[in-house]
Amino acid sequence: MATQAEHSSTNRRDFLYVATGAVGVVGAAAVVWPLINQLNPDASTLALASIEFDVGAIPEGQSVTITWRGLPVFVRHRTAAEIEEAQAVPLSDLKDPETDEQRTKPGHEQWLIMIANCTHLGCVPVGESGDFDGWFCPCHGSHYDTAGRIRRGPAPLNLVVPPYEFVSDTLVQIG
Amino acid sequence: MSDHSTYIPGNAVEKWLDDRLPVVRFAKEHLMDFPTPKNLNYWWTFGAILVMCLGVQIVTGIILAMHYTPNVAMAFDSVEHIRRDVNGGRIIQATHAVGASMFFAALYIHIFRGLFYGSYKAPREILWILGVIIFLLTMATAFMGYILPWGQMSFWGATVISNIFSAIPLVGEQIKQLVLGGFSVGNPTLNRFFSLHYLLPFIIAAVVALHIWALHVPGNNNPVGVEVKDSRDTVPFHPYYTMKDLFAMVVFMIPFAWFVFFAPDILGHPDNYIMANSQVTPAHIVPEWYLLPFYTILRAIDFNILFIDSKLGGVIAMGGAILMLLILPWLDTSKVRSGSFRPIFKWFYGLFVLNFIALAYLGAQEAAEPYTTLAKVCTAYYFIYFLVVLPVLSRIEKPKPLPTSISESVLGKAHA
Repeated sequence: MATQAEHSSTNRRDFLYVATGAVGVVGAAAVVWPLINQLNPDASTLALASIEFDVGAIPEGQSVTITWRGLPVFVRHRTAAEIEEAQAVPLSDLKDPETDEQRTKPGHEQWLIMIANCTHLGCVPVGESGDFDGWFCPCHGSHYDTAGRIRRGPAPLNLVVPPYEFVSDTLVQIG
Repeated sequence: MSDHSTYIPGNAVEKWLDDRLPVVRFAKEHLMDFPTPKNLNYWWTFGAILVMCLGVQIVTGIILAMHYTPNVAMAFDSVEHIRRDVNGGRIIQATHAVGASMFFAALYIHIFRGLFYGSYKAPREILWILGVIIFLLTMATAFMGYILPWGQMSFWGATVISNIFSAIPLVGEQIKQLVLGGFSVGNPTLNRFFSLHYLLPFIIAAVVALHIWALHVPGNNNPVGVEVKDSRDTVPFHPYYTMKDLFAMVVFMIPFAWFVFFAPDILGHPDNYIMANSQVTPAHIVPEWYLLPFYTILRAIDFNILFIDSKLGGVIAMGGAILMLLILPWLDTSKVRSGSFRPIFKWFYGLFVLNFIALAYLGAQEAAEPYTTLAKVCTAYYFIYFLVVLPVLSRIEKPKPLPTSISESVLGKAHA
């Protein structure tokens, strides 16, 4: 009986060791979490997450670059030829297949709104240049077409279309 | 090698101290009497030069931090304030900025010396791995330091490099936001990079201490790569190597001083004298010269490999190029340490050095032909050297006969 009691008390001690260790790990994780989480965007950064912009002043064939979340955003008033060129591209030619309709809003096809950072490593591409009449990123040689889709070069994805809505005919809410 | 203490406390104070904290004994064992191979050449003095470089960076850095303001609105101006208004600030800022370049110059020489003389081979693997960790920490520190002046290259360098995180599948964008503290490089980024840029050198100093500890257990490698056999093969570290290292440091300080006094900005990029602008990219983003070879490898991968896209592929290649050094002791299994006795290795090693310089050159060129193709070729050779050439040479190469001892190699057979 004595040996059995000894045996069971050893088991109980083992359990206490494991339980203490487990509580310790949870406790340590609970301490580390806020220390990591403080790195995330703070309230003042998140507060700038949504903006309104009037596109009405941009003449056809011209672009402006605005700032949203600290990121440059291209707003381009495309010409009819550019829209036609973008719509004529077969999806099979695209590295990141997306139709022109998916990248614009219905009835507002002339407005192309995209985050201006190249999807390779974040440079701002130059407008109305490159081999596809869209944008060209001189840093590493990525060519985008008139719908901002990647056509050639190291960038893996099309220029990102941010979430946006047309509040009125010309007023856009981005974010 | 570790049991060679001949220290006898000279007086009552030393005796009292020795029983409580034997620092004098430690200094005597490791900085003065430490038996060091007597045939070390000048490539070996770069270890001491690197210690000096770290010291210079820490001292000048602490002073600069007293005048610098880590805020996006003021950072650029505060650096100009240091250069124009602070007493002697022009020299201190230039020493810190040029010092980073000199640090890397010495670091690369130190690494290439290790690569040629097989300093990574048993029993010095841990010593080598600690060295690679120091290399990585130094690159991270230099990168974060380069962001602080908040110029165009600073800003866009930070943008490009932080985009590396977004290449991670699924959680990349979240991790990037965590690292930047925002949706883009901004004030939180500058603040935390400043904090870490101040912290990391002290961590580097700690790893350097481990690196020297790991050196003092097996002792120094040497140009013939033959282990120390008896006391005739070594000389005490002091005064023989302390004086030799001091001389080398003085010689090293000549070009260092020339840059500081006559051309403090020549090693940097002029675009960094344009204040950061998140709306416009410089036509051509380049890192500092010492990161160029790895930058070339990053952008050489402009094609998809199976399910890995070009962006992630580039990041993996760049990381792999550095991490390759960690497994080097197990890739090169040749019994002979020193490249001097390996006739075929010498050629491939020489080509590797030229290839590395070519990678640096290509990193500074624009992404157009013929540079893009050359970058791919050079990147390929970088990996082939480690993954094919070294393992194969270990098996097929017939090394030249080794001297039986360090003493024999120094004095010639007749005197041995």
